[in-house]
Amino acid sequence: MSSIPVLLIVIVGTFFLLELAPGDAVDAYLVTIGGGDPALVQALRESYGLDQSALVRLWVYLTSLAHLDLGWSVQFGRPIRDLILERLPNTMWLMGAALALSFTLGSLLGIIAGARPGSVFDRFFSIGSLALYAVPSFWLGLVLIIIFAVQLRWLPTSGIETIASGKTGLARAIDITRHLVLPVSALGLIYLALFLRMMRAGMAETWRQDFVLAARAKGLARRRIVLRHVARNALLPLVTMLGLQAAAMLGGSVVIESVFAIPGFGRLAQEAVAGRDAPLLIGIIIVSAVLVLIINLLVDIAYALLDPRVGASEGRA
Amino acid sequence: MTVHDLSRRLLLKGSTFLFASTVMPKIAFAQAPGGRLVVAADSEPKNLNPAIVASNGVFFISSKIVEPLAEASYDGPEGLAPRLAVSWEGSDDGLFATFWLREGVTWHDGQPFTSADVAFSALQVWKPLQNLGRLVFANLEAVDTPDEHTAIFRFSKPTPFQLIRNALPAVTAVIPKHVFADETDIATSPKNNQLIGTGPFKFAEYRPGEYYRLVRNEDYWGEGLPKLDEIIYRVLPDRAAAAGALEAEEIQLAAFSQVPLSDLARISKVDGIVVYTKGYEALTYQLVVEINHRRKELADLKVRQAIAHAIDKDFVVNTIFLGYATASTGIVPKNAPEFYDPSVPTYDFNVETANALLDEAGYSRDANGTRFSLKLLPAPYFSETRQFGDYLRQALAKIGIDAQIVNNDSAAHQKAVYTDHDFDLAVAPPVFRGDPAISTTILVRSGIPAGVPFSNQGGFQNGKLDALIDKANTTVDTAERTELFKQFQRLVAETLPLINVAEWGFVTVARSNVKNVSNNPRWAVSNWADTEV
Repeated sequence: MSSIPVLLIVIVGTFFLLELAPGDAVDAYLVTIGGGDPALVQALRESYGLDQSALVRLWVYLTSLAHLDLGWSVQFGRPIRDLILERLPNTMWLMGAALALSFTLGSLLGIIAGARPGSVFDRFFSIGSLALYAVPSFWLGLVLIIIFAVQLRWLPTSGIETIASGKTGLARAIDITRHLVLPVSALGLIYLALFLRMMRAGMAETWRQDFVLAARAKGLARRRIVLRHVARNALLPLVTMLGLQAAAMLGGSVVIESVFAIPGFGRLAQEAVAGRDAPLLIGIIIVSAVLVLIINLLVDIAYALLDPRVGASEGRA
Repeated sequence: MTVHDLSRRLLLKGSTFLFASTVMPKIAFAQAPGGRLVVAADSEPKNLNPAIVASNGVFFISSKIVEPLAEASYDGPEGLAPRLAVSWEGSDDGLFATFWLREGVTWHDGQPFTSADVAFSALQVWKPLQNLGRLVFANLEAVDTPDEHTAIFRFSKPTPFQLIRNALPAVTAVIPKHVFADETDIATSPKNNQLIGTGPFKFAEYRPGEYYRLVRNEDYWGEGLPKLDEIIYRVLPDRAAAAGALEAEEIQLAAFSQVPLSDLARISKVDGIVVYTKGYEALTYQLVVEINHRRKELADLKVRQAIAHAIDKDFVVNTIFLGYATASTGIVPKNAPEFYDPSVPTYDFNVETANALLDEAGYSRDANGTRFSLKLLPAPYFSETRQFGDYLRQALAKIGIDAQIVNNDSAAHQKAVYTDHDFDLAVAPPVFRGDPAISTTILVRSGIPAGVPFSNQGGFQNGKLDALIDKANTTVDTAERTELFKQFQRLVAETLPLINVAEWGFVTVARSNVKNVSNNPRWAVSNWADTEV
C-alpha cells in the first residue's frame, strides 16, 4: 500500500516530463502522414483531446486510472490495456530467460573463477566477461545475427516466431525458443559480467572467513568447501543483485527488441515517447513497476530459502 | 480449398520445419506456384485507409488492397495506367471532370463496385478528410452518377484537370460505400484497419509489431492476376536487421531504402540479391534548406545566394547519398518532365563568390573569422537529412557563418520549425507528388497559418510568386498552366525562398527470384498484381 503515493509521484512526473518535451502527439502523427492543412491539424488536436490544458488531461487520466482503466492510446488507436497485454509476454520471456542465463552462467563461471583466483580460468572469464559488458547491446545483437543467422543460418534473424506458420503446441514452443536464442544471448551475455565478478569477489571474501578456515582445518574436501560453504554464502548478494538487475534489463530490452524485431515492452515504450503518448508511457511504467516489484518479492522469498537466518531473525524481531 | 491443396500445404509446412532444423535455405518456398512474398516494413500506420491518409507509409501496404482510379505508368498516355477508371476527361471550363469506370469489378465482400462508391469516397472522404484531397478537391461540389459506371465531378470554381489527373494515383483510393456509409466517424472507424477494397490482394491478418498478411483476391478484375498467393509485411524497425533478414532469405524484398545506402555496395555483391534504383520517379523526395526570413541577415537575398553558392551539391550527392541522388536545379525535380525547366538561374559551388556576396551585403568577419551565427535544425526523418545538416555546418563555416546544430526528434522538430518558427535554417525532405500544386507551392506560398507541416513557415512573402501560384490554381488550360509553373520555378530560383540541394528516389533490394519489381514510377506503393516469386 505504501507504494501508491510513490506510484502517483511517478505518474505525475512522467506526465509532465513528456509534457515538457517539445511537440505533441499530433505533431508526431503529422510527420508520419506527410502533411495536412490547418483545419485538419485542429480537428486532430480536438479528437485527441489535446486542445485541453495539461492539468485537465492529467485529471481525466488519473480519474480513469482510479477506475483501473489504463486509457486509450492515441498513437495506436487502441486500448492501452490490450497493447500492454499483447506485448508483455514477449518481454517477460526475453527478460526472464536473459536474467536466468546471466545469473546461472555468471554465478557458475564466478564459482570456477573464484575457486582458484589468479588461475588461467579466472583471468579468461574475468577479462572475457568484462569485454562483453563493455560492448553495446545493439552491436552484440547484430554480430550474433550476422554469424548465427546470416552466415551459419542456424537460427532466425529476428521476430518472436515464424510468421503465419500455423504451428501450435510443442512445435510452436520450439519455434519461439529458436527465435529467442539470439536475443536472449545478446541481452544475457552483457549482464553476465556483473554476476560473474560479484560472485568471484564474494568468494574471495568468504575464503578468508573463520568458518571456512574451520572447515579446512576439519579436513573437508576442497570441492565440498567451495560448493557448500564458500559459494553458498557468496551467492546471497547475487540474489539481491538479481532483483535490481531486473529493472535494468527492462531498459536494456528496448535496444534488443528493436534489433531483433520483437514486439515487446521496450519497443512500445520507445514508440510511446516518440509519439508523445503520455497515457501509454505511464501505463507501461506502471506495469513495469509492478513487474519489478513481483521479481523482488520472489527474490526475497528465494533469499529466505537460501539463508535460513533471514527468515528466522525477522521472526524474532 | 481442395483436399489436394490442403495436404500439399501441410506437407510444405512440415517440410519447412525440417528444412529449418537441418539448416537449409528457406527459399524452397519459392517453388510453390503463386507463392508468398515476404517484405520488410519499417512502420505500422495507425490508420491504414489510403482514402483518408495519403502517405507512402500507408500506401506501401494498402495499395494492394484498395485501388485508385488510375496509377502512374512509364509508358501510358499522360503517364497514367487505368485502374478503377478506364478513361477520364475534363471539361474546357474546368467545372466538370468525367470518369468512366471499370465494369465487372467487385469488392472483396462480393458487392459490385459502382459509381456510387466513387461519389461517396470523393464527397465523404477525399474532400473532407484526406490530408491531400482536402486541397485537390477543395472546390468539389457534387458527384453526379448518371449510370453505375460514370461519375461526373462538379466543381464550384474552375479546377485544372491537369492537377486532378496528376493527383489521381495518390488521392483517389476508392473505398466501399456500403461498408463505410453507416459509420458515425469515418476518420476513426475500426474498419479503416480491416480494409475492404477491389485490389488484387485482400486484407487477412495484422499482428501488431509482427506482420501484416494479405492474401490473393481470387475474383480480381485483372485477367490472370495477381500472380502471388500471399504478401507478408514483416515489421522490422531496425534498418540493419532488414539487410540481415534479406541475406538470410527470411524476407525477399525491402523497399524505401530500408537497407541503408551504406550497405548497398556490399549487399549488391551477394549472390541472389538485386538492387533496384528505379520505381520511385513519381515519389521524388527533395533535400531542401528551409530559411527563416524573419532573421535580418537571411531576409537579404545576397546572403541566401551566398549560402546557395557555399553548398557543393556534387559532394552531397556523392558522399551523403553515395550517388543515389541527383543535384537539384530548382523547386521542381527532373523527374517531373511535364513541368521541369532546366533554364532557371542556378548557383554553382563557389566559395569566393559566396564570400564576396556576404562582404557586399555588409556582413564582415570578426576577429574569429565569423560573420554571424545561425541556428540550424536538420530534420531527423532520414539519416541523410541529418548528415547533410553536419555538412551544411561545415560549408557555412567556410564562408564565415557559424551554424549551431539543434537536433530534435520528429515531434519536437515539427513543432520547432512549423509551429514555433524557432529556427534560422532547417533541413527538410519535402515530396514532389506529380504536380507542383499538391505539396510544392505550399513550400513558398505566403499566408499559411502556423502549425502546418511541410509548408512555408519561414515568413517568406513575394506578391508576384503568390499571384503566380493562385493563377495556376485556376488556370484550366494545360499548356498555359504548365507555362505558369515554369515561370514559378524561375521566380523561386531568383528569389530563393528556400534552397533546393538534391533530389532522390529510394532503393529497393530484392532476392533475384522476385520478378516484375520496379516496373512503374510508384512501384513500391502500387498494387503488385504482376509481381511474381
